Amino acid sequence: MSVKSLEDLKKIKEEALRKREIRNANARAHVTVAMGTCGIAAGARDTMKAVLDAIEKDQIAGVLVTQTGCIGLCEFEPIVDVQVGDAPKVTYGKVSPERVRAIVTEHVVGGKPIREWMITR
Amino acid sequence: MLRELALHILDLVENSLSAGATRVTIELSEDTRADWLTVRVADNGRGMDAELARRVVDPFFTTRTTRRVGLGLPFLKQAAEMCGGALTIDSAPGVGTTITATCQHSHIDRMPLGDLPTTILSLVVGNPQADFVYRHSVNERVFQFDTRPIKAELGEVALSEPSVIAYLKEALKEG
Repeated sequence: MSVKSLEDLKKIKEEALRKREIRNANARAHVTVAMGTCGIAAGARDTMKAVLDAIEKDQIAGVLVTQTGCIGLCEFEPIVDVQVGDAPKVTYGKVSPERVRAIVTEHVVGGKPIREWMITR
Repeated sequence: MLRELALHILDLVENSLSAGATRVTIELSEDTRADWLTVRVADNGRGMDAELARRVVDPFFTTRTTRRVGLGLPFLKQAAEMCGGALTIDSAPGVGTTITATCQHSHIDRMPLGDLPTTILSLVVGNPQADFVYRHSVNERVFQFDTRPIKAELGEVALSEPSVIAYLKEALKEG
């Protein structure tokens, strides 16, 4: 933590706060990655990394990314939930890093869920 | 099953978080002179009584209600023992749990450390409710990463903002 100091972080924070003021409030989305043992074994960490990479690369502000445990659908792991604005939550199954990129672009940013990858119960 | 030590660490920390931990310390120490590798995950979660601590290394035991087998801890125990080490559980209800896995550093069957920066990044960003300390030492060289000063500085700014992700990645890569 020597080179990347807290001073750098302070600048990042000020910049992020400034951007938030100009941003439209309805762009807010929540992405949840399942990280139970089953998810981890199926590659959930790489899925999580792909989500963070996509947000960083495309500079998508206002997306909350969190983790959850096993939800009992182990055969569909890695599982990712996406909720955009007031729209209902969508659960995606077998989410590879490639699928993450499409989901972030089309659903998280574009607001259009990708039906073929959804888990429907 | 999990092919990297980093993935086992991720699995252990997920257990800690499921047990309600708000503070998790992850220590990885490599002593190449004594040829010894130690991984320790210590949390302040709800802890386990002696009976539960004994049962969690049984492959057919899990606390989850969605299925009936666990496998995370038993596999790590097996991996440690296969490489001349051991898995120990130190836990007390209401206090927390510390899991320690050791093994011979140069053992041919020792699994690779794997992608530790990505593992820590996933945990830190994905669990904003908890604080993490990550300490990785190789002999006397020590790298330490602590989320508390970072969160104090960020205030209400989320850890998943693009510029913060970039910052955390950079900070972890330095280690």
